[in-house]
Amino acid sequence: MQTLDMPSITSEEPLKLADAPEWFQSLQNQAWETFQNTPAPTRKNETWRFGDLKQLNLDNFIPAAGIDAGDIELELNGLEEASAQFIFANDATVHAETDLPEGVICLPLEDALQSHSELIHQHLLKSDVKLGSEKYAALHAANLSNGLFVYVPKGIEVEKPIEAYHIVAGDNAAIFPHTLIITEDNAKVSVVDYFSSAADDSNLVLAMNDLVAANGSQLNYLTIQNVNLASKVIQIGSTTVDRDSRTKSFVLNVGASWARNESYCTLSGKGAYSDMLSLNIPSGEQKFDQRTFQHHASPHTYSDLLYKNALYGTAKTTFSGLIAVDENAHFTDAYQTCRNLLMEDTTEANSMPGLQINADQVKCSHGSTASAISDEEIFYLQARGIQPKQARQLIARGFCVQVIDRLENEALQNLVLNYLDEKFKIVS
Amino acid sequence: MEIEDISPISAAPEIDQETADAIAIDERSKGDFKYPEDHKYDAGVGLTEDTIRYISKVKKEKDWILEFRLKALEVFFAKAMPTNWATEDLNNIEFDKIRYYLANGQRPTRSWDEVPDDIKETFERLGIPQQERAFLAGVEAQFDSEAAYSNVKEDLEKDGVIFVNSTEGLREHEEIFRPYFGKVIPTGDNKFSALNSAVFSGGSFIYIPKGLKVKQPLQAYFRINSENFGQFERTLIIADEGSEVMYMEGCTAPKFETATLHSAVVELVALKGAKIQYVTVQNWSANVFNLVTKRGLAHEDAEIRWIDCNIGSRLTMKYPGVIMKGERARGEVISIALANDGQHQDTGAKMIHAANNTTSNVVSKSISVGKGISTYRGQVHIPKHLKGCKNNTECDALLINSNSQTDTYPAITVRGNQHVTQHEASVSQVSQEMLFYMQQRGLSETQAMSLAVNGFVNDLVSEFPMEYSVELKRLIDLEMEGSVG
Repeated sequence: MQTLDMPSITSEEPLKLADAPEWFQSLQNQAWETFQNTPAPTRKNETWRFGDLKQLNLDNFIPAAGIDAGDIELELNGLEEASAQFIFANDATVHAETDLPEGVICLPLEDALQSHSELIHQHLLKSDVKLGSEKYAALHAANLSNGLFVYVPKGIEVEKPIEAYHIVAGDNAAIFPHTLIITEDNAKVSVVDYFSSAADDSNLVLAMNDLVAANGSQLNYLTIQNVNLASKVIQIGSTTVDRDSRTKSFVLNVGASWARNESYCTLSGKGAYSDMLSLNIPSGEQKFDQRTFQHHASPHTYSDLLYKNALYGTAKTTFSGLIAVDENAHFTDAYQTCRNLLMEDTTEANSMPGLQINADQVKCSHGSTASAISDEEIFYLQARGIQPKQARQLIARGFCVQVIDRLENEALQNLVLNYLDEKFKIVS
Repeated sequence: MEIEDISPISAAPEIDQETADAIAIDERSKGDFKYPEDHKYDAGVGLTEDTIRYISKVKKEKDWILEFRLKALEVFFAKAMPTNWATEDLNNIEFDKIRYYLANGQRPTRSWDEVPDDIKETFERLGIPQQERAFLAGVEAQFDSEAAYSNVKEDLEKDGVIFVNSTEGLREHEEIFRPYFGKVIPTGDNKFSALNSAVFSGGSFIYIPKGLKVKQPLQAYFRINSENFGQFERTLIIADEGSEVMYMEGCTAPKFETATLHSAVVELVALKGAKIQYVTVQNWSANVFNLVTKRGLAHEDAEIRWIDCNIGSRLTMKYPGVIMKGERARGEVISIALANDGQHQDTGAKMIHAANNTTSNVVSKSISVGKGISTYRGQVHIPKHLKGCKNNTECDALLINSNSQTDTYPAITVRGNQHVTQHEASVSQVSQEMLFYMQQRGLSETQAMSLAVNGFVNDLVSEFPMEYSVELKRLIDLEMEGSVG
């Protein structure tokens, strides 16, 4: 694996994909310019309140070099049954296997850019990044070379989930995976993205996703973030939910020294319904920083956010969420809940749940809690012969499972539970 | 106050007095105010070092106070407007056109005929005594409450209570007030606390001796004629060990104010086991920027409660805070805000836990009518190595019309696992069914709406002293008129 003298991702314009469509090339040129001209966030930015600005020094990262699949050890802990499986190593496609209904397009983004340029042009990076990482979204776009593209045409339902592994390898290597999922009217699909590292090197995963759910469709998107503890992750997501459609996004953070997730969800059509879920189990010195936005742009829309953190060691979490109801978006139901379970005395949880309501006939609420397991709960379990240590774990697991239940799909629930239990083995 | 040794014209900023007055009068957007011809007590418009020196000289202040003011002025100039998180409306404050000091209760005057009808109407509805009306409307420069007040004052003095204005407090009782002055809210806390530290005048300095439980609430109202309702008042209340006091400022009557910027600093210090309740009813007229910094320091077993009601002003930014410095200290903020057309009530609370087993409670209810905007901003901070801290925050918002707006921005930091915090907020409106039900029983739509809104804030209104809560109810009725239909 060569890592010789590569220029930093922040100092030199990245290499371009050969024979990419013209629009894509100009998008990348523009993005590089934006990256250079956008100032880095400062203390004064509300979107970085309680955030760790030191983490934004990305100078030592270099573009990940191409590697042989044989060079890395692949350990895939995925679904038992998937309708498609992709493996990307350092943004290069190393494995692609699909068994999908006719009409469904599911390709590595680099291939889809050739074969479905128009379709991608219509939907790729169409939403402005508003939650603080404008500069880094531009860096992502400038470096974008691969990822997953899923297009489900009208009325088609993909039964089994699609999964894609994004593996990063090499000292200081950075990858920029992008996931673009489009469900046409009444279509249905579930997609799982995994982010992991091949070894113990310090890496950067700067990922983005665009989810577009057309009328009456159902789109589920899961992120399993399990990179090594020397690496950083920035994930920026944008979801558009149209009439009577339903999206469900879920983020599991177990790895990374620092991870920042920004999720922006726009409910643009009557009857749109969005679930935003996240489960985070930071331990040691891990820091997770999550920013969410539930944008109700149309009347009769529904959104429900549940983020849960179980904190160990000297971990620190930051949650900042906002429900914004536009002037005409009457009859909105919007909920936002962030719960922190402080497992150790050295943890820190910051919550900034926010509401901005410009319409009436709305039902909105937010709640945020932070507390430890009470002695009575432990006592109750002890009285039933369970050791205190085990009791604590049992309660913490129960706390987490509440989010997983909301996935309402057994295969996906089992998948997340596996990762959860792996993490609990480490922290206890 | 004798100030013959000063020539105010030369001491005032460069701009000559006539021009200054002309500008100032143009700025009076409502009503035609006239300043008395005697400029002796007037620092003119605009803010420079000379303004500060002038104020300090008129007040015959000691050097350390002048230094304190001058330093604050520097901080004020150095600090940026907090528009990175607050409303852009702040940029509309024209600091150069503001009159920073009018001495000794000197106020602009005008005749009763010039008082706008809606203000007169409100007085009528609230049942404000005629004499007070004249004062509140700015017709009379002074309201003579000395007679009523002198009895109270005598009783208080007998008990050892000190209840004076800021100038007197720092001059006559330096040994009591100086150690705490500017300590709870440091000059550099924010741009407006710096401004206040530079130009403060008026306000109340109160000391309650050990173990004394003051039976009657102390009211700023008693001392209305000694520049208590100043623009830049400074209040410091010290409750010594085991004492109790309730302080009330403001009143429910609309106060027709000519000054467009009001920026007060209020510091409370509750020593071991003391209890301070601070009640505010704010009803400035709708052209006023009301930017107030309020914070209390609660020692061991002490309790500080802020009971706050904001109805008036164009923009209010006020986040009363409590620093719980001693074990088992308790902080509470009870807040009601009503934002009507053209108003922005940006209120909240700040709870800083700095000792074990401290508890805090925040209950905030806001009502947005018409195009009114109400905002809740909160901060709860529980640092490392503390045990048994508890916070409860509830904020509920009621939206009356379809173009009303409400925002909530809390921030909660918890370090360590031996604490409990919970935050809840909800937004709702008066349901059609509820209105229909009441209308069926013979109430008009407006009456029904008033009743519903009064019900929404009822549990908080009962926290106010009785006469306030009665007036508050009437006031809400008044504000709800014309909001439906």
